Order: sequence, then C-alpha cells, then structure tokens
Amino acid sequence: MSLFTLSPAGMRLHKRRKGLNALALTLSLLAMAFGLFWLAWILFETIRLGIGGLALTVFTEMTPPPQAESGGLANAILGSVMMVSLATALGTPIGILCGIYLAEYGKQNWLGHVTGFINDILLSAPSIVIGLFIYAVVVAQVRTFSGYAGILALTLIVIPVVVRTTENMLSLIPNALREAAYALGAPKWKVISSVTLKAARAGVITGVLLALARIAGETAPLLFTALNNQFFTSNLGEPMASLPVTIFKYAMSPYENWRELAWVGVFLITLGVLALNILARVLFRKKI
Amino acid sequence: MDTKVDTAAGEKIKIKVSDLNFYYGKFHALKHINLEIPERKVTAFIGPSGCGKSTLLRVFNRMFELYPEQRAEGSVLLDGQDIIKTKVDVSLIRAKIGMVFQKPTPFPMSIYDNIAFGVRLFETLPRVEMDERVEWALKKAALWNEVKDKLQQNGASLSGGQQQRLCIARGIAIKPEVLLLDEPCSALDPISTGKIEELIHELKADYTVMIVTHNMQQAARCSDYTAYMYLGDLVEFGPTSELFMKPKKKDTEDYITGRFG
Repeated sequence: MSLFTLSPAGMRLHKRRKGLNALALTLSLLAMAFGLFWLAWILFETIRLGIGGLALTVFTEMTPPPQAESGGLANAILGSVMMVSLATALGTPIGILCGIYLAEYGKQNWLGHVTGFINDILLSAPSIVIGLFIYAVVVAQVRTFSGYAGILALTLIVIPVVVRTTENMLSLIPNALREAAYALGAPKWKVISSVTLKAARAGVITGVLLALARIAGETAPLLFTALNNQFFTSNLGEPMASLPVTIFKYAMSPYENWRELAWVGVFLITLGVLALNILARVLFRKKI
Repeated sequence: MDTKVDTAAGEKIKIKVSDLNFYYGKFHALKHINLEIPERKVTAFIGPSGCGKSTLLRVFNRMFELYPEQRAEGSVLLDGQDIIKTKVDVSLIRAKIGMVFQKPTPFPMSIYDNIAFGVRLFETLPRVEMDERVEWALKKAALWNEVKDKLQQNGASLSGGQQQRLCIARGIAIKPEVLLLDEPCSALDPISTGKIEELIHELKADYTVMIVTHNMQQAARCSDYTAYMYLGDLVEFGPTSELFMKPKKKDTEDYITGRFG
C-alpha cells in the first residue's frame, strides 16, 4: 500500500474527479482544434489564392474591365483606406466618450440605462439595415452615392462596438483605484482622464481595433452608400470604390481576371487587419 | 482658529466629531459618534469586522459621497470648521486630509508621476522644485533608496510593500494636515509592515494620523490614542496605554484579550 491512499470511498471520488478532469480537458482541446482548423484553412486558402495575383500593378492600376490583360485594385484600396480610417477616426472619440458616460456617470440613472440598451440594439443591428438607413436619409436626399455616405454608415457600425468595449473595460477597473485618485483631491474629469482611462487603455484600444477590423470587411453598408467606382478618385463627394464591394462584385463574376483580383483583395484585407493588430499590440503593450 | 483643548488629555484637538450618524441606504452603520482627535498624534481604530471603523475614516475625507446611497449626519469639525455641511469644494478638503487604502493602488503611470499627480492638482511647480518634492516625499516614505534609479518605471512594477509606501508618499506629497490609513499593512509582509510602522511613528511629528487596523499589537505599538468600536458604536476611547492596560469597559477588555471578536 502506498503512503498516499485514501479510504475506498475517497479513492472512488478521487478517480471520478480525475476522470472528469480528463474528459473536460479533451473536450476543450477538441473545441480549440476545431476553431483553429477553420481559421488556419481560411488563412491558407486566402494566401494560396491571393498571393498568385499579387503584383505591383495591383497597387498602381485601376479595377479593369472584364477579361482585360492588366489591372489592379488601386482605386478600391484607396477608397477602403480613406473610408475605414475616417470612419474609425470619427467613431472612436464618440464611442469612447459615450463609453465613459455609461461607465462613470450613467450607472445609476435612466439615461444611462436607456443609452446602454439602445447601444446594444445598434451593436446587433445587421449592417445591411444601417446601409439602407443611410441610403434613405442621406443618399436619397442628396441624390448621389458618395464616400461621405459610406463613411457615415461605417461610423454607425464603429460607435456601438467602441462604446461597449470602453464601458466594459472601464467597469473592470477596481473602484479602489478611483477612490485613491479622489482621495488626493482630484476632480472627476481628472480621475477619469488620467487614471481610469489610462488603466483601461489596452482594452479600449482593442475595442477600436475590433471595430476597425469589422468595418474593413463590411460590404453591405457600402453597397447603398459609397456604391462603387471604376476610376481612381479621392473625392469623397463622389461614389467610391472599396475592397469589400469590389470583392463582392468580382468574386461572383465569370471572368478569370476579376476572380483573381477578388482573391488578392481578400488577401490584402486579411493582411492589413492582421498587421494593424500586431502593430497596435506592440505599440501599446503594457510597459512594466 | 479654534484652539479647543480636551481638558482630560491636555491635547490640542484637530478633529471634533459630534453626534455623527452614518447610513448605507437604510443600514445605520455609525451611531451617535462623539470623538475628539488630538493633533499630531496617532489615533488607532480597532474593533471586529463591520464595526464601522473604516466607515468612520471614510467620513473624514467624504469618500462616501462617491456612492449616492451613503449619507452622513452630524458634524465633523476640522480646526473648528464643519467639513460635512460645508459648501467648500470637497477636493480642497481631500487635499488637507489624505488617505491610504488597504490595498496598494499605484496609478498606471511612472513612479515619479504617481507622486507628481497629486501635487500638480494644486501647485504649478518648476521642474526642479517638483523633482525636490518627489524626492522629499519618497524619502519621507522610506522608499527613495529603493527607487531613486528607476523613477520613470511604472508604479506597478514595484513589490506590494513598495507600492504601499509609494501610496503613502503620494499622500504626503500634497502636504496634507491629516493622514487617514485604512488597514495599510493588511496586505504586507512583516518587514514591509515594520517599515510602515516606523514611518507612522515619524509622520506624527508633522501630521495627525488616524489608522484603522485589525492587528491589536500594531495599534498598541504605533498609536498614542485608541478607539474601540463595536457594531457602529464607539465603545471606548482613550490613551492607548490606558485602553490596553486597564480598559474601562468589559467589552473592550474582552476584545483586546481575545475572548471576543
């Protein structure tokens, strides 16, 4: 008999616990493998099909007509970069300020609760609804598709994501930290801006990145707002090309050169979002 | 200025509490507290968990006001001025009455900025003077030698005991008159605790110190006066030696001898 044996009942419980542990661990590992499998496959296919068409002309030439010899995605890349970055720049401050209101001021009052509730609805609203909404209130009124309308639609998607993550991240900051700042005589705005928000910085930035990654691939809100444009333009008052809409149009086409460019577009979006994520993580890594 | 003297002890009174009642919603947490805190002495508050000693401390800098369901009634006079009903901005009161909490709470910034944060709220100092103030506060808190070469490092990189001394330095840096310590050593090892107790001993030369502690030896070691509280009542208050050697109330004696609590 070993030194470390329990009573027979105790050993049964011990065996049962170990069995359950092994079972739970196996299930978790299987779930992880299942998720990783698809993710790896998506990345693999994106690279396999996208990297072949990658050439300098992708960045210098316009979207070509069907069955053309050459052509690129320059106008779509520029349109995506402009609309996504402006929508993020517009939506981030609004989202962060609203998140601060919800977490630091609106916990107890009805306005906070109502705002939080509406934000949740906006967060789960299908993006095509947002696209149609902007179509109805902007595009149909000024009678032109435009980059501005696209930016508005994307901004409406950015805001609720940033609001929700900012609020959650601020709520995670222990009250003890706030009290410590108040105890020094700091006014509320100072406590929030210099202490609470700073402590939640990494989480808030993750929220902004999530929002950016989401709108980088959104097609539906741009279909009715920015539409598309075969020509190179940086004028936001005109219809504007974007990577997702171009992919949508090209991937379903019967033309070989269009389909190849669609895969290049997919590859570029994936790479761009990945690169931004890595960059932000390196830049804002917790410095200790 | 009010220079009322507690005739029994012959001390100058810094804070006078009269008929203070405190409520968490409907719960009556402090009941008719009357108390006079002498200036430049260490006053310890002891009692079992939930007796209201931390609550009392949080009345002195009006920290309870952050929570709308909490309220205080009665008067607390700091040098004769009521700090509960006053119209004076609460920030100015907190600048006079600093507080250090149970768990260390370094701000997410450098060690230097942790100290300078509070100072910058009330003073615009040239760089050199700010450097001097930071050094002074860190020396007061017995931390300077350990951090003088890494002032730009994040405050969170310090050990628990160092973080707590950083918090004390931060509180001292704005030169308050009263320092509230809410179980400052409960998360610390004996060596850090020893350093902080020494520090408390030195601080009373300049500050009126109030400390909440669960450790009766600590109260006996480092305080001049002790208040024993139980279920929201102030049971007994007096010079520490008297309260520990010959307590007037049976309850106090039971608690400090470990028969209760």
